[in-house]
Amino acid sequence: MRNQLICLALMLCALHSASGLYFHISETERKCFIEEVPDETTVIVNYKVELYDPRSNGFMPSSPGIGMHVEVRDSDDKVILSRVYSSQGRISFTSHTPGEHVICMYSNSTAWFNGAQLRVHLDIQVGEHAIDYANVAQKEKLTELQLRIRQLLDQVQQITKEQNYQRYREERFRHTSESTNSRVLWWSLAQTVVLVCMGFWQMRHLKSFFEAKKLV
Amino acid sequence: MRDNQSKNCNTSSSSSNSSRNSSRNNKWTTLMCLSLSLSFLVSCSEAVEFTFDLADNAEDCFYEEINRNTSAYFEFQVSAGGQLDVDVVLKDPNNQIIYSMDRATFDSHQFTAEMKGVYTACFSNKFSAFSHKIVYVDFQVGEEPALPGVDEHATVLTQMETSSQAIHKALNDILDAQTHHRLREAQGRKRAEDLNQRVMLWSSVETAAVVLIGLLQILVLRNFFTDRKPSQTQYARL
Repeated sequence: MRNQLICLALMLCALHSASGLYFHISETERKCFIEEVPDETTVIVNYKVELYDPRSNGFMPSSPGIGMHVEVRDSDDKVILSRVYSSQGRISFTSHTPGEHVICMYSNSTAWFNGAQLRVHLDIQVGEHAIDYANVAQKEKLTELQLRIRQLLDQVQQITKEQNYQRYREERFRHTSESTNSRVLWWSLAQTVVLVCMGFWQMRHLKSFFEAKKLV
Repeated sequence: MRDNQSKNCNTSSSSSNSSRNSSRNNKWTTLMCLSLSLSFLVSCSEAVEFTFDLADNAEDCFYEEINRNTSAYFEFQVSAGGQLDVDVVLKDPNNQIIYSMDRATFDSHQFTAEMKGVYTACFSNKFSAFSHKIVYVDFQVGEEPALPGVDEHATVLTQMETSSQAIHKALNDILDAQTHHRLREAQGRKRAEDLNQRVMLWSSVETAAVVLIGLLQILVLRNFFTDRKPSQTQYARL
């Protein structure tokens, strides 16, 4: 009974959080979110779409006709998920390359021009936040303290991943800076060579020109 | 599965309502069920972190329903685009401005909701006609939810539990600091990449300019001397 209660409370909690942050888009609009994550990190996106109802001047809580097209691209612009979901959905993916993952949503509406307004409730959880500890506790039969330690462990792992990613990005940053540095250096050398060559050629050319014209 | 369990809970509550004198235990569980779900509804927090692309000349708004007397934390950071600035406005349910910042790059604001209702956070890029911005937003409402299956008992925490809670808080701070630094790094990196490309472009343009000017100088000079000769001869004839 106790577990059931917890479950119910959690379910209410989940329902509640699904109606957390929201924004409005038109039916034909496309909305993208960027999540910069390390590799092997789970991202969970919960969303719910409501259609504007002009009769009641509000939003219909459930609109079965509306579907959402969700597309996830990784840092190499490779599509890792592209599907049409119903008006309410839960998308979960795990990153395989570190970097910016772009999550794009647009409705599957066939309206050509300025369709109705949509209200999208959105919740994005990344890494350790995406883990459902109630499930973990139930499945692995952990005690309270064990569960706490488990959470700490997951957090530390997330921090380690983030640090590895930080190292990777620092390397890329340094690479860019070194490239700029060498470009500046080589360009200044090349510029000097070009200038000297140009001056030399100009002098020679003018000299031969004046000699041909018998000016000197 | 969860639906099933919720049904269980509901049926137990309705049965207890219909036959109140059935058993004390049943009544107690109903009360427990209600109070728990209510307390979770109130205490359950939402923390949303996301990054979005704010188009040029656009304004994007996000809405969040906040209960009365709930503390909320709002943070934003522009990580790329233009001068890294954006106009930010936070409004309460009565459309009163509770926080506003013009042309800001990074800031955070903590407030306590004075009334229940929909709070609005708007990001405006109306002043910028060319550059689109990438904005990171962190919106936390209420306290961080307790670890499920842990905090529903009322006994005093042991020392072990207290310290694990403290570690958990500290680790959360570390994660926040990491996010902050990651965004700062993204700012720096984007600038460095821009610089790299600009150096490349500028150097090729400059080399081309030097060669072109050199050729042009010779041509002009040659033209000058070849033009002068006939005039000179004309002058000599006169």
